[in-house]
Amino acid sequence: MLKITDLVKRYGSGDPVLKNLDLTIEGESVVSIIGSSGAGKSTLLRCINRLVEPTSGSIELNGTELTKLRGRNLRAARRKIGMVFQGFNLVDRLTVMENVQSGRLGYISTWAAIMRRYPKEDIRRAYELMERVGIAHYANTRADQLSGGERQRVGVVRALMQDPEILLADEPTASLDPKTSEQIMGLLRDLAGELKLPVLINIHNVTEAKEYTDRIVGMRYGRIIFDDKPGSLDQEAMDRIYSGSPHADRSEDLRQAS
Amino acid sequence: MTSISEQFGREDWSRFSSRQKWQRFAIFAVCALAIAWSITSIEVVWAWVWDAPSQMGDLFERMYPPDATNLATILRVLWETVNIATFATAFAVLMSLPVAYLAAQNTTPNRATLWLGRLILVTSRSVNTIIWALLFVAIFGPGVVAGIIAIMFRSIGFIGKLLGEAIEEIDKRPVEALEATGASRFKVIAYAIVPQVMPTFWAVAILRWDINLRESTVLGLVGAGGIGIILQGAIDTFNWPEAATVLLSILVLVIIGEVVSAFLRRRIL
Amino acid sequence: MSEARDTWQKPPFIASPAIRWAVYLGALGYFLWVGATMPIDWGRVADGFGRAGRIFGGAFPPSFERSGLLIDGFLESLKIAILATTGGVLLSIPIAFTAARNVAPLPIYYLGRFIIIVARSFHPVIVAIIFVKAVGFGPFAGVLTLVVYSIGFVAKMLAERIEEIDFGQVEAMRAAGAPFFSTMFYAIFPQIMPRQIGLTIYQLDSNLRASAVVGIVGAGGIGATLANAFGRYDYDFALAITIVIVGVILISEGISGMIRKRIG
Repeated sequence: MLKITDLVKRYGSGDPVLKNLDLTIEGESVVSIIGSSGAGKSTLLRCINRLVEPTSGSIELNGTELTKLRGRNLRAARRKIGMVFQGFNLVDRLTVMENVQSGRLGYISTWAAIMRRYPKEDIRRAYELMERVGIAHYANTRADQLSGGERQRVGVVRALMQDPEILLADEPTASLDPKTSEQIMGLLRDLAGELKLPVLINIHNVTEAKEYTDRIVGMRYGRIIFDDKPGSLDQEAMDRIYSGSPHADRSEDLRQAS
Repeated sequence: MTSISEQFGREDWSRFSSRQKWQRFAIFAVCALAIAWSITSIEVVWAWVWDAPSQMGDLFERMYPPDATNLATILRVLWETVNIATFATAFAVLMSLPVAYLAAQNTTPNRATLWLGRLILVTSRSVNTIIWALLFVAIFGPGVVAGIIAIMFRSIGFIGKLLGEAIEEIDKRPVEALEATGASRFKVIAYAIVPQVMPTFWAVAILRWDINLRESTVLGLVGAGGIGIILQGAIDTFNWPEAATVLLSILVLVIIGEVVSAFLRRRIL
Repeated sequence: MSEARDTWQKPPFIASPAIRWAVYLGALGYFLWVGATMPIDWGRVADGFGRAGRIFGGAFPPSFERSGLLIDGFLESLKIAILATTGGVLLSIPIAFTAARNVAPLPIYYLGRFIIIVARSFHPVIVAIIFVKAVGFGPFAGVLTLVVYSIGFVAKMLAERIEEIDFGQVEAMRAAGAPFFSTMFYAIFPQIMPRQIGLTIYQLDSNLRASAVVGIVGAGGIGATLANAFGRYDYDFALAITIVIVGVILISEGISGMIRKRIG
């Protein structure tokens, strides 16, 4: 279970990007986060695995408080959090197998990593997962020779190789064409069910969010203003999530505070 | 209908505005001044300058035909020259890896190491190979050791600078991704950074080897080994035909070196 | 279902094992054999560390007593660099045109390329020795040397740039009936000018570095002062000279980088 309490992220002395956020994700569900650009979706996701440092607040994953961890403990916690990126973030010059095994870097020794001597169970698991998503025949191919959809599948397998307790996906389909996009979303939904994994997906395509996820969280300029089943996302809620400007919101905040 | 001058404020057209014209004139004037100063104040015996073409012609006449009697020795020493360049480049390549890592902003542990790395690179680059050779001949005496170390010292700066720039210019996204998996700093570097700089690494190493081949031909002139010694000897004894042979063999060596580097570069990249 | 595969090996860089092992063993053999047979006087090398101590001891603090000599030497190097860059760049332009495949007819192309190759193959010090023998000691030999050095670099880079130009612009001029030189000035020069200026500035910097060195063989400049200092065991003066050389190189590189960034 992921429990976020009172999360604030501020850059410098400006307006906070995340304003006192509360969010709880339980069990195996696929949750999507929607909102316009600048709403803070990506920041929120990156605060969870500390790629971005939260300014204040608490993030608890299955009992472990993530915000205070450093060094070895932080790395150990990150092993349990898998992330899929919009830009795939693969090492282009390495083979698919190496990219996939790089998800296990937190678990294997430095020597094994450098010499590419991966443990047998890891190799077996890699082939299983690659087979499952349909890229097993690319094991020895360089990552930059694959198409966008195939690369994202490598990214997904890499994240799953970590044997994570939660999967984060930051706009995983934004760089893909509509058909491939649906394939990846379907994959994420199916894998979540098969592996009993909670999944948190940033997405800007609301139609896909409605179709492939069980719960939609709508963000607007640093706050969560919608949190419900896809069915309840009507036009009025959409307008509230996607309209307005940060400036207007800020003056509204100031007015309310005074 | 408004006239051109009413619409645009002027009747004519020129490529540069008034201000630009002044700037260009100023730059031109500075360059002309610099050149004039150099020509007038340089210590040159102008009589000799006009005599130069005939002197050059005379020299080339004396070099022809090239004398190949000592070719065996020349080739043997030439091989020694190649070895100096190859060994020195290999050592330098190994030693520049940690220095480049220190001198790149995204991989260096802290500001002190960044400064140290950059200091090493700058010192190494700014002192010419021959000057290094002078120093090492004074320390280690004449011979190939001084030459190898001199070339090594110069090359570390060259390779390290280009490598450091390559490290700073990598795509940071895989680095982010691997940090997110909980990998240690070292493993992140090994998987996300090293593969990205590999092509540049090999290209720079091959390039520097090619340059060092040239550098090692002159080390002998200050006593640091290689074919320079034979060349110096031939010139000092006015044995121009032999000097010509040496020069020709150096030319062939350098051309072979370029062919080999072009081949390696194409195969590896 | 597919059989469970539990081993994996990264495909090696050189596919054929025969070639791969040949390369590994060849490289190993080369380094071991040459390393063992290299003419090294290990005793002398060991002595070297003691000598190094004495030399560095004698070199600190650097002595600027004869700064007059230093400044003269440096100024001469500067003049050599300026004149050599001017001459070298001016000559490089026509040579570059003869060495560009898309502009020069084939035999002229080969000639141009040959000139550039010869200019590049000889280390400036070697070229300096030859010029010193031909035209005597002093900065004139240095200027000639660095002119050749400049041609080797600038003409090569310029030729490559010329080969990369957008030929459509030349075609358009020709289609309009422009004569040869007009075509050159309107269609080709504007395309190569930025690169040309960048190269000139880079070469000025390069020549300044090189002019510090050709003096060692008598071609003028601060190199001669340095070689003398070493020869007379004046290590503190030598260090002073080296510091000045390094300083000048750094400043020049900094300025050159700045200018090239502004116009680039």
